[in-house]
Amino acid sequence: MAEIRAQGLSKSFGSIAALQDLDLTVEDGSFVVLLGPTGAGKTTTLRLIAGLEQPDRGRVAIGGQDAAALPPAARDVAFVFQQYSLYPHWSVFDNLAFPLRSPARRVPEDAIRRRVQEVAELLHIAPKLQNKATRLSGGEMQRVAIGRALVRQPSAYLMDEPLSSLDAKLRAELRLELKRIQQDLGATMLYVTHDQIEAMTMATHIGVLKEGRLVQFGTPRQIYESPVDSYVATRLGTPRINLLPVDAVHVRAPNGAAMVGARTEHIKLIERPVNGTTVGLVQRLEHLGDQSHLHLQVADNKIVILVDGHSPLKQGDPLGIELVQPLFFDAGGRRVAGA
Amino acid sequence: MAEIRVEDLHKAFGDFTAVKRSNLTVGNGEFFVMLGPSGCGKTTTLRMIAGLELPTSGRILLDGEDVTFRRARERDIAFVFQLFALYPHMTVRQNIAFPLKCQGMPSGERRKRAADTARLLQIDHLLDQPVSRLAGGDRQRVALGRAIVREPKAFLMDEPLGALDAEFRHLMCQELRALHDRVGATTVYVTHDQLEAMAMADKIAVMNQGIVEQYGAPQEIYDRPASMFVADFIGSPPMNFLRFNGAVTPGSTAVKLNGCMLPVPVIDDGRAEGELALGVRPEHILFEDGSGLRGRVFGSEYLGTTQIVTVETSHGRVKARVPADVAVRTGENVGLAFRTPSLSLFDAASGQALRLRRPAEAAHG
Repeated sequence: MAEIRAQGLSKSFGSIAALQDLDLTVEDGSFVVLLGPTGAGKTTTLRLIAGLEQPDRGRVAIGGQDAAALPPAARDVAFVFQQYSLYPHWSVFDNLAFPLRSPARRVPEDAIRRRVQEVAELLHIAPKLQNKATRLSGGEMQRVAIGRALVRQPSAYLMDEPLSSLDAKLRAELRLELKRIQQDLGATMLYVTHDQIEAMTMATHIGVLKEGRLVQFGTPRQIYESPVDSYVATRLGTPRINLLPVDAVHVRAPNGAAMVGARTEHIKLIERPVNGTTVGLVQRLEHLGDQSHLHLQVADNKIVILVDGHSPLKQGDPLGIELVQPLFFDAGGRRVAGA
Repeated sequence: MAEIRVEDLHKAFGDFTAVKRSNLTVGNGEFFVMLGPSGCGKTTTLRMIAGLELPTSGRILLDGEDVTFRRARERDIAFVFQLFALYPHMTVRQNIAFPLKCQGMPSGERRKRAADTARLLQIDHLLDQPVSRLAGGDRQRVALGRAIVREPKAFLMDEPLGALDAEFRHLMCQELRALHDRVGATTVYVTHDQLEAMAMADKIAVMNQGIVEQYGAPQEIYDRPASMFVADFIGSPPMNFLRFNGAVTPGSTAVKLNGCMLPVPVIDDGRAEGELALGVRPEHILFEDGSGLRGRVFGSEYLGTTQIVTVETSHGRVKARVPADVAVRTGENVGLAFRTPSLSLFDAASGQALRLRRPAEAAHG
């Protein structure tokens, strides 16, 4: 496995700057997730590293070697696309074996069979090995596509939303599996998603992208607990962080703070509010299965926090709100250290 | 608006039975969600209600009237497929009014109805814009508008939010539910996404292999799953099952796992010696040093407010959802305790839940 390093990477498509001055290091054996909404530059980054696009400026190094002159095939990275592309007339086995049968690799046939079987079991598709690729469900096809990357042991894996087409249960299962596989192989992984749960649970480091720029890079805990700005703060956490003007609540705000950011764990609810407490009115309790969201109206603002699903609260009930070590942001959204 | 009743509905495609003798009632004005994995028969049921598919046997009643063999367009039902199917060269107004034009409605009336609909969807400021220039959310609203404008007896929706990312999907769920509260139209909604079902439904029917496994209010289905399939399908992570061998007699209040007595709600059913499964949701597990039920921490997944801790026990892997500030180390030996009133008990062979008596207050504990 190898380290991936991008320096000053920029790419425009016509008048749109897809990526601007990206500096990013994916250390050997680390699992880096690029997180951001559609159009943030995630996929462009992956494609530049894979060599599927040429940068306007900047450089990519894989394992310390400048990749500029290398065509995609020579970069020794395995790419998993969002849309699986299998050979429809081939069996699952042949699809999985394909990367190992390349004339450049010359893997003996029994080693191929062993490796394919291993990967198929890992991804729970072993019983389907003899099926034609077209006789699979969407979820199975995507697992074959992931499997095709895993049979090889390249310098790094690049994955572009590989789980987004799967249903929730399979996604949760494969999340754990991918993480385990990556750790077992000591693989270097660069993974792109807009799903914060995937980012939080799999990444050793998350890079948050916004409009082609890397806004913050750190461990999931760093990104969640100390976001550099209000944009990053809203990227992680369900329910989303509550952003309120500082004067909407009773809180000791530091100089320069315009907004206060309060997550569920920053909010203490007081059943019998006394004078001087910020009071919110219960709007509704939203049951989402494993989570229940309490919607509170606080003057002109709404806040949403996590509560127990069997909370007896009713619409119109008043509740006191006390903020415990919330986050603060200035008028431009930059983080301000707490008072 | 209307009540939809499905009686003994059965559909076979050759050897394959897609829907097996299903019975459902969708109350007038209800938001009804059919939830299940792909291939469970939910879309087939919906298509039969719409008249796009004929049942092998059984009846479909719309407001008490048998419409089983009525053509789709004679049923006065609006079917919303993928929400993005719009006419790109037309304006928002023309797109919304299009179904009325097809009905031959005079243009003045059409304009008024389209404007009313747009107001309901809060897109009235966009009426004269071409749809090709709209953002994703607004396009979805226009597509919905085209279904609403006809004022049909019922709406049928087949995974309309399937193509959206998680964050936007949750937003659209809230919006669809708010819209339902304003319009009050009977709605049958098909999805495999439990979050959509939980967030919007008045009633959920959980389907599996052509059969309705459970039918009820979202919280009821979540709290008291009728089968292991339902318990496993709903919840993220799903309910944990601790399998053990034992017998239970009616009236007992504890089960014995690995020599350790665990309190459960009063059991109303009896079972001879056999494999049972104790069901516990991740958020109802606590770490308790003194507990006799022990395991080794396999790993934890950090989620910000909470974390999911996976523990290896002699009854299999168990996932617990605990606050993120609870310190756990991989490899550590921990004791597990469960919130008794929230437990479920299943016959592992049939997968069916045993009846447990749960006092109302206990469920709110």
